[in-house]
Amino acid sequence: MRKRLVGWLCDTALILYFVFALFPIAWMVILSLKPADQLFSTYFSFSPTLDGYRTVLGDSEGIPFVRFFVNSLVVSVGAVVLSLVVGLPAAYASARWRFKGSENLMFTLLSFRFAPELTVIIPLFVLYQKLGLFDTYVGMVWVLQLVTLPLIVWIMRSYFADLTPELEQAALLDGYTRKQAFFKVALPLVKPGIAAVSLLAFIFAWNNFVFPLILTSNEAQTVTVGALSFLGGDRPKYNLTAAAALVSVVPPLLLALTIQRYLVRGLSFGAVKS
Amino acid sequence: MGWRITLRPYVLIVPALLLTCGILYPFGLGLYYTLFDFSASKPQPDMVRFENYRAVFTQEAFWNSAWVTVLYAVGAALAETVLGVAVALLLHRSTLIGRVLEKILILPLMIAPVIAAIIWKLMLQPSVGVVNHLLRPFGLGGVQWTDTPTGALLSSIAVDVWVYTPFVAILALAGLRSLPTSPFEAAAVDGAGWWYTFRRLTLPMLWPYVLVAVIFRFMDSLKVFDIIYALTEGGPGDSTVVLQIRAYLEAIRFQRYSFGISYTIVLWAVVYLAAMVLVKHLGKIQRKAAEVTT
Repeated sequence: MRKRLVGWLCDTALILYFVFALFPIAWMVILSLKPADQLFSTYFSFSPTLDGYRTVLGDSEGIPFVRFFVNSLVVSVGAVVLSLVVGLPAAYASARWRFKGSENLMFTLLSFRFAPELTVIIPLFVLYQKLGLFDTYVGMVWVLQLVTLPLIVWIMRSYFADLTPELEQAALLDGYTRKQAFFKVALPLVKPGIAAVSLLAFIFAWNNFVFPLILTSNEAQTVTVGALSFLGGDRPKYNLTAAAALVSVVPPLLLALTIQRYLVRGLSFGAVKS
Repeated sequence: MGWRITLRPYVLIVPALLLTCGILYPFGLGLYYTLFDFSASKPQPDMVRFENYRAVFTQEAFWNSAWVTVLYAVGAALAETVLGVAVALLLHRSTLIGRVLEKILILPLMIAPVIAAIIWKLMLQPSVGVVNHLLRPFGLGGVQWTDTPTGALLSSIAVDVWVYTPFVAILALAGLRSLPTSPFEAAAVDGAGWWYTFRRLTLPMLWPYVLVAVIFRFMDSLKVFDIIYALTEGGPGDSTVVLQIRAYLEAIRFQRYSFGISYTIVLWAVVYLAAMVLVKHLGKIQRKAAEVTT
């Protein structure tokens, strides 16, 4: 009897936490579906409409939200691809060879993860104006390396370190070159890891706010900054803000659900393995 | 052949090294700027040596910001740890309800913090927000959430907790699932109670996992920006002006670049020191946990 009561209490506590966790998302859905004239008159009873989404995706408020969405896609994918190209060889090298300076380099990379972003952004803000990189894709992809590169290098390093070197050695004995052993043996084995870490890096790049806030103004602005623009003005448009917020969280949420299994290692930079 | 073997790792690492230098360059440039009085109104700056730092440390505003930042970071990290571990323990019981809920645990964590702040800003509006509407039956319909200094700080911490509790919970849950079972079986045979088992076995063995989460959360919330920017912009007054917000206002809004960067360099030093202390501590804890296990 006492055991059942305890079990019931635990379940209740859990449900309470999940109400706290999920209610805001549900409330955004409700707000985004409200017609403008019922925004403040009622809370849970209203006649749903897609007008909010039409306005946001139709750029009719003078905020080119669709373009911001495309910008987010472009710079996030660009940042991840660049990080993979330079990060995978580096991760492999640091997992397979101990050489002078490798640890220092790895920790320098990791320290980017914990540096206050503005330490780098303010000088870049000045520098980008001079170089013509302000408000451009190239400028954004470059600065997003701060987010994506440490993540990809550290996590891929832990995946490569988990591979037994024997497989590559066997390949070398079969007459493969080092390069072939890497591309034909090592890489295919860590493919799931690469996929997961790429998606995670994409999510973090997508969710970044402070870089586009300071280093873009319009051309290369992203959804995180764009969503905030709907709150401006003297009559905040709650339904539009909610719709914009929801549209901008769809990609990261969908991707996150596909990489659940890899999240522990990813979120802890390889410090915790499940 | 020999030289090729030794050169190979360097060749592989060169691209990453170049990119790292590309990020280190602005950082170095920033350090360099702090020795000048560079601002939009003074594009030809003079060398002022450490005057900027002296100015930072003698400003009331800096100490206020430092205090707010520490309050925020300690509050957020503490609340997230307690709540995250609790959620992990509850999910670890693996009831039917828990297994269903676990699948959606990460949702808030994948929402951009700035969007989370926007969502809560709409919900916390005193007159039309849904939170006060739901509290009205309990006679609490008029709480001025983000309009009082204490309320604004607590609200921003609450948003942080909403976003990042799953982070702690996921790591703690991974820890719980990797604990060896034999000590627990032995404790059960000896008739140890739940509390005793938790204090003497679960917590010490779980602590290394939790500490990794705490380190991440504490260091991240020291440099919080997005949530405060969207929720309160540092207000009311300067009750939520954390260091990165202060740096932003100085450098971007008032265009005093050198001074703004000085703020972030000081913050960077603090974060770095905190990291050193915490990581050292982590090593100790991990060794201790290993003793409990054996």
